[in-house]
Amino acid sequence: MDLFVAIFTGTVIAATPLIFAALGELVVEKSGVLNLGIEGMMLVGAAFAFWAVVAGLPMPLAILAGALAGAAASLLFGVLALTFLTNQYAAGLALAIFGSGVSAFLGRNFGSEPIDGLKPLAIPLLSDIPVLGPLLFRYDPLVYLAILSFVAIAWFLSRTKGGLILRTIGESPEIAHAIGYPVVKIRYWAVLFGGLMAGLGGAYLSVAYTPLWVENMTAGKGWIALALVVFATWRAYRVLLGAWLFGGMTILQLQGQALGLAVPSELLSALPYLATIVVLVIISQNRQMLAEHFPASLAKPFRPTV
Amino acid sequence: MRYRIERRPEPSALMRVAAPAIATLLTIIVGSVFFAVLGYDPLATLNAFFVEPVSSLNGLSELLLKASPLILIACGLAVGFRANVWNIGAEGQLIIGAIAACGVGLFYPDPESFLLLPLMLIAGAVAGMAWAAIPAFLRARMNTNEILVTLMLTYIATLLLSWLVHGPWRDPAGFNYPQTALLPGAAMFEPFDYSYRLNSSIFITVIAVVAMWLFADRSFLGYKLSVSGAAPLAARYAGFRESSAVWTGLLAGGAAAGLAGMAELSGPLGQLSPQISPGYGFAAIIVAFVGRLNAFGIVLGGLLLSLLFLGGEAVQMSLGLPSALTRIFQGILLFFLLAADFFIFYRLRRLAEHA
Repeated sequence: MDLFVAIFTGTVIAATPLIFAALGELVVEKSGVLNLGIEGMMLVGAAFAFWAVVAGLPMPLAILAGALAGAAASLLFGVLALTFLTNQYAAGLALAIFGSGVSAFLGRNFGSEPIDGLKPLAIPLLSDIPVLGPLLFRYDPLVYLAILSFVAIAWFLSRTKGGLILRTIGESPEIAHAIGYPVVKIRYWAVLFGGLMAGLGGAYLSVAYTPLWVENMTAGKGWIALALVVFATWRAYRVLLGAWLFGGMTILQLQGQALGLAVPSELLSALPYLATIVVLVIISQNRQMLAEHFPASLAKPFRPTV
Repeated sequence: MRYRIERRPEPSALMRVAAPAIATLLTIIVGSVFFAVLGYDPLATLNAFFVEPVSSLNGLSELLLKASPLILIACGLAVGFRANVWNIGAEGQLIIGAIAACGVGLFYPDPESFLLLPLMLIAGAVAGMAWAAIPAFLRARMNTNEILVTLMLTYIATLLLSWLVHGPWRDPAGFNYPQTALLPGAAMFEPFDYSYRLNSSIFITVIAVVAMWLFADRSFLGYKLSVSGAAPLAARYAGFRESSAVWTGLLAGGAAAGLAGMAELSGPLGQLSPQISPGYGFAAIIVAFVGRLNAFGIVLGGLLLSLLFLGGEAVQMSLGLPSALTRIFQGILLFFLLAADFFIFYRLRRLAEHA
């Protein structure tokens, strides 16, 4: 039972940074923009949040600093992709490289001391329920925020006028422009939101998940988040499921290492990457499902002619 | 005074050539501002970053030594990029090439055989191609995005390398360091001069540059690839198969990266350790773009990015600045280049003042 609780809660926690980053990217891609730079934005967010904690800022402000740093980084991509109509693959890669450099540069003086990380929050009364209490009501606040943002984004995309406009822009920016929507401006907001969420995901890694500075601590989570959006075939609820699947993979791998399984630890560490490939291959077989919610203008530059 | 951005009637040939130079200049300007903000004398730091590292014969040897893998890989990648095939996992293909070459070097029965080096060369190229064949197969047959697969395979290659040097291939006489035994002399490229590290593997790069030029600008297959990239519908109409572009693009990149990994191993490294590349596979992507995907440009781009690596190492030693600066400058350079590219197709036009 204890093992089950450990695996369940561990999964939810490990999925949290992926949920933030992948939901952010979902909104970006729904607007027809492909930002490959998630890994860079997460690293920048992680570094700034950690730095803010070391500098003595209260935890909520430190997390906000991480999120805003992610947003600022995304603006670099936004200017290139939306104003300068750059190839979005290249601009995203540039951001990924730049972000990892900035993060490593900032982290040079962080040392190897752990910080006082974000604490779990036992919800009064509910957390005392047997079984359900430890399973559902003893997480840190960002775990709940991730779930809340899932609900908000799923609702926004499918049930609001704003979501409809965003999806229209992603389908056909020409038509959205002809109707009179400010396509480029809305895409900027989507990109900024994606950066904010990636920064939040990075901040979660450095101040809550492992409150200790390690260079390149995302270890590919930004790229996995990108894969999750494809895996989810651009639907919010499947992003959540995918993130939990990968969170579970991470935890099984850690449990496997703790149990001292007779396999090399590198093989266990490679599981999330292998799983990403397998999952992508499986989902790519169903072309109809991929096409159904795919934003038709994804990664195509758009510039209003009038 | 108001300006308007408008599309040029014809893409500007001048801007196409000038953009990399403008981007380099802007990167240097931003770099000096950055140094000034950090409290270093910008001119002295720029000198330490960009000039001092190459102001000696050893520095020039190091410049070419580092430019060689960058140019080699970028030539291979450019073949794919021309066809819109996005191999961003050259770093992993480099690692696998080095692993395969090292396997041959360590376990070939006759360590003094003159066949050793050629066999390692083949092993490196074939292994890099095999690693790139995975995403090629998955993209061509299984409709799977190659960007993510090539990148995931890079993480897996890094872990495979780590397992080998910590486990089965660890040098028993190596004081428990995670590294393989040193390769025998017959497995190494001859340096031109034993005072410097530059070695004859640079000829592989020279051959690759010429091959890239012949292939891309003079061959029908190269032409087909470019059409596939620039106008996929036209390519399909003309009967060019998309899958052949995918295979050619990825295998070219894989072979080049595998060769680069082999050349690093049989050149400056001499043995495997957990970290064998400072990110050549990723930087080569920038080299390919800075070089406009053509052979001559890639040579210049490779020298520039090599200088960024050297400068990063130099200021780390002389000023204690972290070598992460290299990646920051790489990113900024690519940002500026992409922005400057905009002006190939667009221009600023001054608007007449309205009365």
